[in-house]
Amino acid sequence: MTALLIAGGRIIDPSQEVDTIGDLLIANGSIAWMGHSGEDLPYERYSVLHARGMIVCPGFIDLHCHLREPGFEDKETIATGTRAAARGGFTTVCCMPNTEPPIDTQATVEFVQTKAAAEGAVRVLPVGCITRGRRGTEMVEMGELSEAGVVALSDDGNPVVDSRLMRYALEYSRLFDLVLIDHCEDVSLSEGGVMNEGWVSTRLGLKGIPAAAEENVVYRDIALAEMTGARVHIAHVSTAGSVALIRSAKERGVIVTAEVTPHHLTMTEEWVMGQGWDDTKAYPLPLSCYETNAKVNPPLRTARDIEALIMGLNEGVIDVIATDHAPHTDVDKLCEFDIAAFGISGLETALGSLLALVHGGKLDLMTLISKLTVEPAKIIRKNEIGTLKVGAPGDVTIFDPDHEWTVDPAAFASKGKNTPLAGHRLKGKVMATIVAGELLYKDESFKIEKGG
Amino acid sequence: MRTTKQREIAAPLEASIWRRRHVLDLDDFTSEEIELVLGTTDAMREVLSREIKKVPTLRGKTVVTLFCEPSTRTRVSFEQAAKNLSADVINLGASGSSVEKGESLIDTARTLQSLGADAIVMRHCYAGAPYLVARHIDVGVINGGDGCHAHPTQGLLDLYTIRDHLGTVAGAKVVIIGDITHSRVARSNIWGLSKMGAKVVLSAPPTLVPVGLSAPYFPEIVVEQNLDRAVDGADIIMPLRLQQERQKRGLLPSLREYIQLYQLDAKRLAKAKPNALVLHPGPMNEGVEITREVAHGAQSVIEEQVTNGVAVRMALLYLLLGCVQ
Repeated sequence: MTALLIAGGRIIDPSQEVDTIGDLLIANGSIAWMGHSGEDLPYERYSVLHARGMIVCPGFIDLHCHLREPGFEDKETIATGTRAAARGGFTTVCCMPNTEPPIDTQATVEFVQTKAAAEGAVRVLPVGCITRGRRGTEMVEMGELSEAGVVALSDDGNPVVDSRLMRYALEYSRLFDLVLIDHCEDVSLSEGGVMNEGWVSTRLGLKGIPAAAEENVVYRDIALAEMTGARVHIAHVSTAGSVALIRSAKERGVIVTAEVTPHHLTMTEEWVMGQGWDDTKAYPLPLSCYETNAKVNPPLRTARDIEALIMGLNEGVIDVIATDHAPHTDVDKLCEFDIAAFGISGLETALGSLLALVHGGKLDLMTLISKLTVEPAKIIRKNEIGTLKVGAPGDVTIFDPDHEWTVDPAAFASKGKNTPLAGHRLKGKVMATIVAGELLYKDESFKIEKGG
Repeated sequence: MRTTKQREIAAPLEASIWRRRHVLDLDDFTSEEIELVLGTTDAMREVLSREIKKVPTLRGKTVVTLFCEPSTRTRVSFEQAAKNLSADVINLGASGSSVEKGESLIDTARTLQSLGADAIVMRHCYAGAPYLVARHIDVGVINGGDGCHAHPTQGLLDLYTIRDHLGTVAGAKVVIIGDITHSRVARSNIWGLSKMGAKVVLSAPPTLVPVGLSAPYFPEIVVEQNLDRAVDGADIIMPLRLQQERQKRGLLPSLREYIQLYQLDAKRLAKAKPNALVLHPGPMNEGVEITREVAHGAQSVIEEQVTNGVAVRMALLYLLLGCVQ
């Protein structure tokens, strides 16, 4: 394998607190050298990627995505989902176990791993179920799943409703140092709900999901984590109240971590009103309202929640940004709002959406990149990835923070075209994604030349 | 063409301001448009008072009613309205249609369009369904009630009934009682009444009032939980149907308590203005939200509402399909 020199980019690696203009050399699948042009390179033959004006950082790790395989191959496959990941700058994805069959045995874990090795583009790390069949009644064999290589456990899509079972699962998980990722939703409060409970749900006559439906279970999980000493990770935090609960738990030393999605950081409940809705006017409803592509669980909340989520990121209350990439078919979305599937296809728009926060001065690049690299790596105890340390796997993402582009779902690698961002302009685009030294994705405008 | 039609129907001349292709909710109606509908309704009432209650205006036009939820009065009212205007009417329900076989709503609507429908009147259990259809087809869509969202023709017929009695809607105190959360009628009435200058007061237990129902996202309304205070000096009182399911779902402790606190009876009606009118969108649960005595008393205009409903729907079909563009 020839070596690859990424030259002249702004290298940002939160794991080493590096932020410098320089060169990065990848050889034999690993990070081989970092330095400045003019210095002697340890290799003589290499290709060169000129990254002037671009950010060079560790490959992103998505702690929460849905690859849908096995069982829902019409929505996504490991092949298409991992290509979407590569286009989004993700070099590692943790895939959720709400497949059919669910990932609750060694056999299903191995199926995903084998498929990923054969057809996948980026690294795939399976997440196993907490309970058999995600039914919420009995624990999975955590030892077997841990041995098979799952990096976390989750019944994602469902919360673990039975608090006693959640307690036991947390206690038992300590045997294997596995983190339990919980989808926090009090289903008695959210039942029938399809969007945030607020003025928009009232305006549209849709049943709302109150913030308390999430916060109730966030608090339960914190209480159980505190009691058991086990590791709990709160999936897709969406409310200001959840941020406050996690902050106070961390302050008193509870082992709890949390993630937030790009869409919960950038979109409000008004997105259900559809494009063309003018927020200076409350009426009339545009014909584009009841936008099913903005239907997601937990639902898009309010501007106040977004503010709290961003503050949570900056203060370290929220550790990770994860996409919750949830691809669906047209049939799942081109229907009445109440019966449309929940979820947003997010891998390919994540970075572009998130950079709006950087351009808007709300988040700095170092923080943003840490939430996409070193922080998720810590949670799944994979400290060798999410870093540009010499010797680490050659997983690198190069992006141009100022490149403007228009979101065209038809051009997605993902089968899921379900995004409310269709037609939107985003500022910031992934230009190249390198996994273990292999250039998996490269924007057309990006040139490679022979060097050395 | 135009002169013939004016002989048939004495519709207001300003009908030319009508530019609307669909009737989805009253939120985007201007007061002038509402006046136009009410004025056209006057003309339709005149037709209904004739010995032969039928005009040839919509001959050759096809109106499809697509009702995916049980309904008697609204569907029949639309059917009657279309027939009075000589349109052909095709009635489709959820059972026996392709909807039941799993066809998507968009495909069903497109099929109806291809079959030659000129307008689709639809009732659907899910909010927003008429918007979905209107986005995907070219023919006019009239919302006959969608989930908990809107029921614009009911709103218009209520406005017509009120105007018919009071001469104007402006300044009237209108009290809507009961399950606001699940009521599409209440939502459309809030828009329509407010646009026409009425003062809207809602009276309901907190479990039946939705969140965020306030300005600037909704018109200015008053919520008065105490029904006795709410009806004080009212011009119009409109109790809503209370579905028994609400009590089962835990929104109310018992029907008995609801009746004690929110039933419109003669004693409470007496607190309103002496000639206050009682409206009800139907179907009524007599003995629950309203006593039989009040429902059929001298101040009740509930049966008139039904008749006016036919006239309002004739007016809308006329404006959508029969008006020379």
